[in-house]
Amino acid sequence: MKKLLTVVSLAALTLVGVACSSDAKSGAPAPVTLVAYDSFPTKDSPLITALGEFSKSTGIKVSVVTAGDAGTMLTKARLTAGNPEGDVMWGVDSTQLSAALDGNVFSKYEPNDWNAIATNLTALVPGHELTPVDYGDVCINYDKAYFASHSLTPPGSLDDLADPRYKDLLVVENPSASSPGLAFFMATVAKFGPSGWQAYWKALRGNGVEVVDSWDTAYYDEFSGAAGSKGHRPLVVSYGSSPPAEVIFADPPRTDAPTAVVASTCFREVEFTGVLRGTKHESEARKLVDFLISARFQSELPLTQFVYPARTGVALPAEFTKFAVVPTTTLSIDAATIAANRQKWQDEWTTIVLR
Amino acid sequence: MDNHRAALNRLPRWFVVTLAAAPALFIAGFYAWPVTNLLWTTVRRANGGGSPFGHVGAIIWFTTWQAVVSTVLTLLVGLLPAYVLARYSFRGRRVLVAVTTVPFVLPTVVVGAAFLALLPQSWHGSARAMIVAHIFFNIAVVVRLVGSMITVIPHDLVGAARTLGASPIQAARLVLIPLLAPALWSAAAVIFLFSFTSFGVATLLGGPTNPTLEVEIARRATQLGDVGGAATLSALQLGLLAVVVVWATRGQRRSAFELKGAAGPRPARTRGERVMVAGVSTAVVLAVGAPIVALVSRSFDVGNGWSMSAWSKLGSAQIRPGVGLGVDPLASVGASLRFAVVAAVIATVIGFLAATAINTSPRLGKLLDAGLMLPLGTSAVTIGLGMLITFDTAPVDWRARWWLIPLGHALVAVPFVVRALLSVLRSIPGDLRAAAATLGATPVRAWWHVDAAALRAPLLAGAGFSAAISLGEFGATTILTRSGRETLPIAIGRLLGRAGALPRAQAFAMATILLALSTVVVMASGIHERLGPDDA
Repeated sequence: MKKLLTVVSLAALTLVGVACSSDAKSGAPAPVTLVAYDSFPTKDSPLITALGEFSKSTGIKVSVVTAGDAGTMLTKARLTAGNPEGDVMWGVDSTQLSAALDGNVFSKYEPNDWNAIATNLTALVPGHELTPVDYGDVCINYDKAYFASHSLTPPGSLDDLADPRYKDLLVVENPSASSPGLAFFMATVAKFGPSGWQAYWKALRGNGVEVVDSWDTAYYDEFSGAAGSKGHRPLVVSYGSSPPAEVIFADPPRTDAPTAVVASTCFREVEFTGVLRGTKHESEARKLVDFLISARFQSELPLTQFVYPARTGVALPAEFTKFAVVPTTTLSIDAATIAANRQKWQDEWTTIVLR
Repeated sequence: MDNHRAALNRLPRWFVVTLAAAPALFIAGFYAWPVTNLLWTTVRRANGGGSPFGHVGAIIWFTTWQAVVSTVLTLLVGLLPAYVLARYSFRGRRVLVAVTTVPFVLPTVVVGAAFLALLPQSWHGSARAMIVAHIFFNIAVVVRLVGSMITVIPHDLVGAARTLGASPIQAARLVLIPLLAPALWSAAAVIFLFSFTSFGVATLLGGPTNPTLEVEIARRATQLGDVGGAATLSALQLGLLAVVVVWATRGQRRSAFELKGAAGPRPARTRGERVMVAGVSTAVVLAVGAPIVALVSRSFDVGNGWSMSAWSKLGSAQIRPGVGLGVDPLASVGASLRFAVVAAVIATVIGFLAATAINTSPRLGKLLDAGLMLPLGTSAVTIGLGMLITFDTAPVDWRARWWLIPLGHALVAVPFVVRALLSVLRSIPGDLRAAAATLGATPVRAWWHVDAAALRAPLLAGAGFSAAISLGEFGATTILTRSGRETLPIAIGRLLGRAGALPRAQAFAMATILLALSTVVVMASGIHERLGPDDA
């Protein structure tokens, strides 16, 4: 009996004890928390090494906290706006921009090197609520070997995907469940217009498009071009940087990519960072944002996150320039239009393609 | 007389209340409060995301029928293995019980991927694939629940029916099935619950055309930001499941009967019996083994032939100079184990207190029992988001506390610990306690020596089961923020989310480690041995 009561009271004490052990320090600069999406590294990465250097020179400790995929992260940020889970957020993307601004999630800040960022990116956030950190493209990727062995020219445009020559060859992600899926859907809206995309998707459905819920199912299980894939479809919605990733993560090493990108299908996605409104460490948080767009940090982005640095004049690694395609023109839609129509479009899309 | 005796030996009221307090506070504080808070906050502040009821009729219809089909098929498929394992003793029986138990504790993200590798292309994104995976997961439920019932049905009962001229099928239909009805009902309820709330399997195997209600709730909350709509659907789901569970409990009670006997497994005697044992064993090993072999073999597949490199590079921070995966696989093993231990401790303590309270006070107990079951029927995303907005200000600013994660795991594990303990508690004859009282023990002392002592084995099994649930849990904790503390399933999810052959193979290598860990936990805690009284 005594034993039992001890166990109970110990359990209760543990709960209370842990609850009270908050850390209040003074003097040195406060540590800051960087909230990021799942695919941001938390250790053993050049990005973390760079953050370590930042801590050393400023005395500001940085802990990286992951908050789910980009959609989940923003949902949580909106729920906790004004009383955030951290001090700085990494990775809000351009399709979410309006939702982030409407939710009043961030506090305005213009970092010192604002002007070092490409002007077409800074133009997206004239109010300085967020700072562009990187960009990338979502494009149709194709399996080079498949098209070579079937002596078929790879598709050259979005229109080609509805061509019977490419019947049953394409796999895409559900725009309601996947961020590249949403980007590709937006690409079709950008190309065919708010009242033209419906007919295009009807044609894609007629041409045997396959829809799956996540990028990894599409890329690894259905697409035939990824190394080690068991898939049977030679066309997939993926990233513009997937071909260099195939080279860099190949084992044993290889010198050419097994896949390539259809440049005219690319949709540009920009990622942002910002100071979370309600942070108790505003000045430290701002210093971290300054660092995130410094040349030191930006130069690590290509080989860790497979994106292009937002800062101009940062040298790119050789694998990147060789195998990735940076399309000269990309499709895009402004954030307000996305925010106003997204739900309606997705419901419409679900009816056209899945029901 | 009887009443008098019962009153004499009843545990004092203060004692029962004390026992019940911790589990009641646990469920109120970490489940009811956050979920109610979320509903209250978000539904009031409706954010114009459109009506959540657009496609919901079709989604509920699909969710229900696939759950019904999964349940019926699992019962049909599981009945024979359950019978063979409970009835016959043969070499390798224990291993076979473990083999049927392991799928139940495997993480869905891993099993989903394994089935994708195994099933033909035309099955991808189909309800069929989902149902097959549900059967794979839930066979263990039939083997455990129905199997333990079979062990109390005397051997000669079926023998008598056969002697009287019944064919084996007639004997099963007329004798065995009616006797097993209560166990079938409770197994059906559990399988229905799991299939109805299917998330990982539904997204991976069902595909976008087949969303379950749980998937729709998560999509609404995380991708559309319509948390109010998600919370509303979550409440609706809970309501639907409550109706089903109450109905199943009725069915179970209607068919309940008193059967005293212990018919342990015996060797197969006739040639027919031996063939059946061998056939069923082979089928079970093949059915469970195939996805597992597919899983393990993919960890050796980096695109061009077999290779050990996914394994040999598992601990290294960099794959080549300057290129890392940003995932530390070995650290995630450590994190997973630590969470599993903490979750097991919490769930076992809470489950033990709850089971004892439920057993001693039927009326209070029924309420507590029902309360503890609620998290099983609630969308994990809803619980996670509820915790996020509830534990956000001092003195309960716990959002980023590491222990909130194992606590979330424990929330799901407690009902299983309670189930494991209750079945043993209820089987302890009241006479034993009465005897202790006669010999001068106070009721509390008698309870300590009689009840508590009998619980060691089920407690261990409950703890093991909680640890296994914690090892595989993916849903609720993906919502809770974490820093450098990825559990194995989350690290696997992250690796699966990257392009390149090596990360892919490493994901499967880590899935293999997770599989091995879950198996060790199952074997070590004796979950698989808790089939019947003579086995314990």
